[in-house]
Amino acid sequence: MQAEVSGLGLGASLFFVALAIALSYWRRLRIEGTIAWSAGRAMVQLLLVGAALVLVLDPARPMALAWAWVAVMLLFAAFTVRRRVPEVPKIFWLALLAYVAAAAISIGILFGLGVFSLDARTLIPLAGMMVGNSMTATVVAARRVVEELRDKRDEVEARLSLGQPSSVAARPYLAAALRTALIPQIETTKAVGVVFLPGAMTGMILAGVSPLLAVKVQIVVMYLVLGSVATTVTVVGLGTVKLLFTRDHRLIRLVRQAES
Amino acid sequence: MSTSGNSKDRAKDSIFELDGVVVEVDGRKILGELSGAVRASGITAVAGPSGSGKSTFLRLLNRLEVPTRGQISYRGADLSTLDPLALRREVGMVFQRPVLFGGTVIDNLAVAAPGLSADRAIEVLARAGLGDEYVDREVDSLSGGEAQRVCIARTLAAEPSVMLLDEPTSALDAGPRLALEDLGVELAALGTPLVWITHDLGQMERIATDVIILIGGQAEYWGELGGLVSSDSKRVREFLRGGTRAS
Repeated sequence: MQAEVSGLGLGASLFFVALAIALSYWRRLRIEGTIAWSAGRAMVQLLLVGAALVLVLDPARPMALAWAWVAVMLLFAAFTVRRRVPEVPKIFWLALLAYVAAAAISIGILFGLGVFSLDARTLIPLAGMMVGNSMTATVVAARRVVEELRDKRDEVEARLSLGQPSSVAARPYLAAALRTALIPQIETTKAVGVVFLPGAMTGMILAGVSPLLAVKVQIVVMYLVLGSVATTVTVVGLGTVKLLFTRDHRLIRLVRQAES
Repeated sequence: MSTSGNSKDRAKDSIFELDGVVVEVDGRKILGELSGAVRASGITAVAGPSGSGKSTFLRLLNRLEVPTRGQISYRGADLSTLDPLALRREVGMVFQRPVLFGGTVIDNLAVAAPGLSADRAIEVLARAGLGDEYVDREVDSLSGGEAQRVCIARTLAAEPSVMLLDEPTSALDAGPRLALEDLGVELAALGTPLVWITHDLGQMERIATDVIILIGGQAEYWGELGGLVSSDSKRVREFLRGGTRAS
């Protein structure tokens, strides 16, 4: 399949971005700058990534380059969590540990069982799917845990005052946060094939692979993404709770962050 | 700091002892340096202007806060060496705003005493001045006064040896406020010592046996209620003149 994107095509795709900026300005949502910045940044990032991928995906290059790419992805994802959830001490290491473990298991299954052959062209996008989906969901989970415990501090401390350990006192708020973080992935999984066709499957069918085989591969990928997201969200959620309480079961001070 | 009473007798009769306790947050001193003993009987009222460190003082006693410096003892044992969960069951706490968890009254009592029987629930509710018709009431249907009583009943369900109350009547009208004061006096008379924060001098005079006046994080007075009027502290006299008195 050949696709050419003309300047006109690129301009047309920005129409909706411009519309979103106009809506934000009209309704005084004050997110015009954020939308414009994220759209511009995404374009620059993707162009740089595209140039780098040309190098990394070259079969003549060593696989170590692809692994290095995955390592950078993991570090960037953990750094993103730290940036978005600065209230939690050591969350960078917690998130990194969760992502590394989830990626190792997912990649181990995908390539160890021969679902895909191991090369840069398969490793990078598959690892990206695991890490990308996990990062989005874990940021939501950790933020919600912080906000729930901060906003319901009086309830949490009432529970602690009755002699509940911090893990028990935080349980209702952790459960609410994990549900919020996992619902989008669960809904996506439920709607697969009905509302949208996953990219990997569509690509394989377009490339001439039998639809049944494409579906099987997609199911494996989908389960691994779901498992990876659910596992990292749970690990990061539980870990965040642990990091927000002292060893003697006191909730640390959580200052409300300034609105950006 | 001015105190009254024989300090040796007080130490023998004390439930909490503070020795050089200081609390600092982000380098700012909130409390201290505090030294003194809280008596193991009656009601010790902690009064003072807003921001004087009253709530921090109370939270130190069940280890929701820890001192930056100094030592707190509970029944002669260093508080920092005790199991915080066991300590918090012994040192019950009632907060300023009644905090109830979702569900019914008995669900709330069961948080403090898992597996609590209906008979035991009725017993602790009665101690808090509520009838047995409250056992299965949804907490959302309770008034402010009823909710605070359920909070007290929930704390009592854990069978505490001492109770800490952080301005428990501040959100209540005169009727429920006076009823809750009577309940506190009754609990103390039955052998549960109370440490009760109040900003209401009238309430302090009605319920307290001992008084701690905190001003700017310092204990300007720590002694029996009767000795307060003869305090030689200028800051205490100013506070007593300017303090609020609700009926």
